[in-house]
Amino acid sequence: MIDRDQVLHVAKLARLKLTDDEVDRMAAELSKILGHVETMNELDLEGVEPTSHVVDLTNVLREDVPRSGLSRQKALEQAPDAAEGGFRVPSPGAS
Amino acid sequence: MSDELLNLTASAQAKRIAAGEVSPEELFEFWRGRAAGDDLGSYLWVADETPDDAGALPPVAVKDLFCVEGVPSTAGSRILEGYRPPYTATSVRNLQAAGVRVLGKTNQDEFAMGSSNENSGFGPVQNPWDRQRVPGGSSGGSAAAVAAGTAPWAIGTDTGGSIRQPASLCGIVGMKPTYGAVSRYGMIAFASSLDQCGPLTRDVTDAAVLLRHLQGRDPCDSTSLGIPGDIPLPSAERLDGQRFGVWGMEEPGLEPGVADTVRATLTRIEELGGSVKEIELPNARHGIAAYYVIAPAEASANLARYDGVRYGPRSGDGDLNSMYEQTRHDGFGDEVKRRIMIGTYALSSGYYEAYYGTAQKVRTKIAQDFSAAFEEVDFVVSPTSATVAFKLGERTADPLAMYLSDYYTVPMPLAGIPAISIPCGLSEGLPVGFQIAGPAFSEARILDAAHALEASIGFEGVPVR
Repeated sequence: MIDRDQVLHVAKLARLKLTDDEVDRMAAELSKILGHVETMNELDLEGVEPTSHVVDLTNVLREDVPRSGLSRQKALEQAPDAAEGGFRVPSPGAS
Repeated sequence: MSDELLNLTASAQAKRIAAGEVSPEELFEFWRGRAAGDDLGSYLWVADETPDDAGALPPVAVKDLFCVEGVPSTAGSRILEGYRPPYTATSVRNLQAAGVRVLGKTNQDEFAMGSSNENSGFGPVQNPWDRQRVPGGSSGGSAAAVAAGTAPWAIGTDTGGSIRQPASLCGIVGMKPTYGAVSRYGMIAFASSLDQCGPLTRDVTDAAVLLRHLQGRDPCDSTSLGIPGDIPLPSAERLDGQRFGVWGMEEPGLEPGVADTVRATLTRIEELGGSVKEIELPNARHGIAAYYVIAPAEASANLARYDGVRYGPRSGDGDLNSMYEQTRHDGFGDEVKRRIMIGTYALSSGYYEAYYGTAQKVRTKIAQDFSAAFEEVDFVVSPTSATVAFKLGERTADPLAMYLSDYYTVPMPLAGIPAISIPCGLSEGLPVGFQIAGPAFSEARILDAAHALEASIGFEGVPVR
C-alpha cells in the first residue's frame, strides 16, 4: 500500500506538484497498479540475467569528426523566457 | 477521379504518379483536402499548402511525437503546446528523401501513454467504424486517419502495442519493427529501450514500402542498426511449410467474437499450406507487470526535461523549484502524472532492485520464451487485442483495466522482436486484428506471410467515409 506521505515524497522527487485530491487518488491508484506489478514476484528469477537492451550491441563508436550543432539563436527560440543569450529562470531561493 | 484515388492503396497511387496519370502536387492537394476535412479528431495539424515539389510517393500522416522542423510537434501534450522543433526526426527525413511529404501531424495519447487515445491533451479521437468508440492508442490519430481515408498512409510508434492495437481496432495494417530497425532520433521519447517507429497502412504491401524507406542505421541513434538485407515487396500467395504457433486463445478476457474470427484465420493458414499448433509463452502473462515498471521508469527519466526552462509553457511565480513543480502540474495530464509517479517510485532508493531489477529479469524470461518458441515454429500468432474497439470512457476510470488492454502486444517489445497486425474480419461489425510475430529482423518473412494471409482473408471492410 502506498500512503499519502509516500505519494508526497515521490512527487517531490519527480518535481511534480499535486493537489490534495490528486494525492488521495494517486495513493489509491498506485497501490492498485503496484499490487498487480508485484505478481512478478511469483516467478523464480534466481540466476536470471536482467535485460537492459534487447539487441546485442556493444561500444558503438563513430569517427570523432566535429560538426555544427544548433545555433544559440535556434536553441533559444522556443524558450519561455530567453534573456542575454541564455535561459532565464527564477532564483533557486533560500531553500 | 478523387473517389477513385480514395480507394487506392498508397502503392497504387504511387503507380498513378509514375504513369503520369496524376501529378504529385494534385495528389498532395487531394489528400490535404481530405485531411483538412477530418472530423474525427485525427489531426493536430494539417499542412497549410501543397509543396512545390510534392515528391514521387503519396504524402504521409505523422504521429505528433515525431519532430518535424518548423511544424508543431507536441506529442499530444499541453506541456509542449506551441513547440516547433528546430530539426526533423531521422525517420521522417528518410521518408522525405524517398519522396514522401508530411501531410499532417496526428493526434495521440499524451507522450504515447495510453491504449485509447483518450489521454491526448488535445481531445480524443473517434473510431471511424463507430464514433462512440475509441480508435485505440497511442497512435490513434494515425490509425483513424488511414481507416477513414483522410491519409493514404501513416507512421506511428509502438512501445507496448501503440501501432498494432490501434491498427487492430481500426481495421488496418500496423507493424512494429525489430528494436533498432528504425532510428529513434527526433522521436519524442517515452521508454527508450522499447520505443520503435513503424507504418500504419491500408495493406501489407504499403507497410513494406514505408518500412523499406523508414529503416536504416543512423549515427544519431547508437541503438539503431537498420534491417540487414533488402525488404522485397511481399509476394507470397501460399504458406507451404510455414509453421505457426498460436498462444493466448484461452485467456478469460478474450471476447468470443474475436476468438472465432482468429480461429477462422488459423484455418485459412492451414488452407494455404501452413501448419498451426498451440504453443506456450509461460511468462507472457507477466508482461504487463514488467512493462508497467520498465516503461514508466524510463518515462520518468525522459520526461524530467519538461520543466519550463527550454521549451513549452511555464507556470509558477515563486522560486525555481516551484516553477518546475507548477509547470509540470499544469502541463502534464493525469495518465502522464501517474506514470511519472510509478516510475519515480520504482527507481527510488531502496526499491530499484525490487521493481526495475525484477522487471528486467522478467524481460529476459519473456525473450527466452520467444527464443524457445522459434525453435519449433516460424511465427508466433495471436489476437492483437482481446476485444474489438471499446466505448469512449469505458475504461478511463480504471487505469489497471486500461493497461490490461495491452496483454497481447506487450511481450514483443519487451523481447525486441517485430510483429504485424492485419485485419482478419469483423466481430459485431467491428474490426478484429490478427498478430504475427517473428524473430528479430524477420520483417521480410513476416510481411510475406501477412501478404499471403491478407489475400486469403480478402478484408474489404471500410468504415463510412
